[in-house]
Amino acid sequence: MSAAVRPALVQAVARSRRRRASRRGLVIATLAVLAVAAFAVTLMAGQTFYPPRDVVRVILGEQVTGASFTVGRLRLPRAVLAVVAGFSFGLAGVTFQTMLRNPLASPDIIGISSGASTAAAIAIVSLSLGGAQVSIFAIVSALVIALLVYTLAFRDGVAGTRLILIGIGIAAILDSITSYVLSRAAEWDLQEAMRWLTGSLNGTAWEQVLPALVALVVLTPVLLSRARDLSAMQLGDDTASALGVRVERTRITVIVAAVGLIAFATAAAGPIAFVAFLSGPIAARLVGAGGSLLVPAGLVGALLVLAADFAGQFAFDTRFPVGVVTGVLGAPYLVYLIVRTHRAGGSL
Amino acid sequence: MTTAHSLAAEALTLGYGDRVVVESLDLVVPAGEITVIVGPNACGKSTLLRSLSRLLTPRAGRVVLDGKEVHRMPAKQLARTLGLLPQSPVAPEGITVLDLVGRGRHPHQKLFSRWNSEDDVAVAAALEATRTTDLADRAVDELSGGQRQRVWIAMALAQQTDLLFLDEPTTFLDAAHQIEVLDLLTDLNHSRGTTIVMVLHDLNLAARYADHLIAIADGRLHTAGTPAEVLTEESVRAVFGLDSRIIEDPVSGRPLMLPIGRHHIRPGSHEWHHVNDGQS
Ligand SMILES: Nc1ncnc2c1ncn2[C@@H]1O[C@H](COP(=O)(O)OP(=O)(O)OP(=O)(O)O)[C@@H](O)[C@H]1O
Ligand SMILES: [Mg+2]
Repeated sequence: MSAAVRPALVQAVARSRRRRASRRGLVIATLAVLAVAAFAVTLMAGQTFYPPRDVVRVILGEQVTGASFTVGRLRLPRAVLAVVAGFSFGLAGVTFQTMLRNPLASPDIIGISSGASTAAAIAIVSLSLGGAQVSIFAIVSALVIALLVYTLAFRDGVAGTRLILIGIGIAAILDSITSYVLSRAAEWDLQEAMRWLTGSLNGTAWEQVLPALVALVVLTPVLLSRARDLSAMQLGDDTASALGVRVERTRITVIVAAVGLIAFATAAAGPIAFVAFLSGPIAARLVGAGGSLLVPAGLVGALLVLAADFAGQFAFDTRFPVGVVTGVLGAPYLVYLIVRTHRAGGSL
Repeated sequence: MTTAHSLAAEALTLGYGDRVVVESLDLVVPAGEITVIVGPNACGKSTLLRSLSRLLTPRAGRVVLDGKEVHRMPAKQLARTLGLLPQSPVAPEGITVLDLVGRGRHPHQKLFSRWNSEDDVAVAAALEATRTTDLADRAVDELSGGQRQRVWIAMALAQQTDLLFLDEPTTFLDAAHQIEVLDLLTDLNHSRGTTIVMVLHDLNLAARYADHLIAIADGRLHTAGTPAEVLTEESVRAVFGLDSRIIEDPVSGRPLMLPIGRHHIRPGSHEWHHVNDGQS
């Protein structure tokens, strides 16, 4: 067979390959530019407008009357957390969806985000913990929930449908626990409650942002280094092993890294509704099936959170937390997916 | 040309949970030949193939490739030597043929390395050999069963391994495409010396294309050898519980199995065999 491959065919293959790669590159570059633009707008616009010059001076650490407080203390941490949480949710979400070969298998649908959120709510509201302790609480709880869902779904291998249904059930239980914890707390206010129920960036302070940022910087390379293995695992465990992937090892690495991202981001911003769930499918639409979706989905997530938070603050008469806005975006897609899978014959 | 690889299973015991499926099986895969495994449903053919290619860790015994135990070899290194097309692979939604075939290059790619021209040549050769060039930009889930099967074979070919295992590569294919796939694998074997091991259900195609035929019954090796040695009326009865008549295939000179069911047997058909023999 290798006797003589027609050079024209080789060139056609190479051309098609390059066309795909450049489309992917273009999509990633566009998303990155849009995210940077949205980030800049968030810093400048608001109740008071500050020109780019003032914003840059604040970022460089200079004192600017008014701007130093509004931009430096209020808008900047909020915008950074929007990017960090959005990227974390998007990246972790698409990782789960790719690994389990199902768009419904996203961590915010199958209870992992709820696990982190419930733990964070208990830690803050009931145990009066703060900072790193909350993050640790959230990550341990998210890992335990991930393990629990996996174990309950395990019967001669993990079937997607069972895992998703069990995950949805566990998410419902956890969400009601969160509501209960919040309703029992004496001094909680509505803002705080909304954070743990749908996610919110209100009143973001730097000490909240930092752990999530560190987690993102550490865990993103771990996931990106497994991107090719994940692509092979989409072909089924047997095919992936035959292609030289250590399937079990990869699965554990990837689950721990993705759950870590979810937990740290949730401890900081709450389980911002549907961002993990939506980012992957949107990224897939943009870049097409085939290549790895990890980076595009992370960027889509960051962009979604930035835009939704901005809209929640300024687009309506009342201010809505970011999770309410993303929730309104995500719910119809969830309904669509469920309807579609039912049409396709009932199996997820 | 490929280097000759020796592959053997020694006292292999395989199972799932507490069920033993294959029990202390010894097997040699002749280098540079086409080996075909036959046996009834659920006798453990896929299980055996998965274990020979390291996908299933043996309960006891071992699989030895060139003197090394495959379950101890680095995964990617093994995947550059030995490829497997499983019985029911899954294609991600919307993936194109070109992308799917390209994934066969996985074991040849480093962690963050770029796609290179060697990969393009391998993919082009695989498309051409399986005659799927025209399908390259189509989505895999829009193809017919037979087209899809050829695309999967192309993916396995793109892996460019010296040993290639295929679990029922001819299911879903019409008669012409079955022959085409088996001819293609034989070409590969002749031109590159690729050692091929495959599971086939059609005994006559197995006898036609195998250099070495292995019959498995109930997780044990029943017989192994040339098609003429293995495909006999006795072995078909023992392995499949089927009465049959074996004649010489006028096309290839290899054994041809004619099954005897309960219907459509013309009176005195057992004599027909001898009459026919006399004429040739
Ligand atoms: N993943 C698994 N877990 C548990 N049991 C399994 C698994 N895979 C196969 N088996 C069992 O092992 C036995 C052998 O299965 P195997 O797939 O090897 O058969 P086969 O010879 O390839 O059959 P077929 O001709 O139908 O493909 C069967 O009884 C099957 O039920
Ligand atoms: Mg089988």
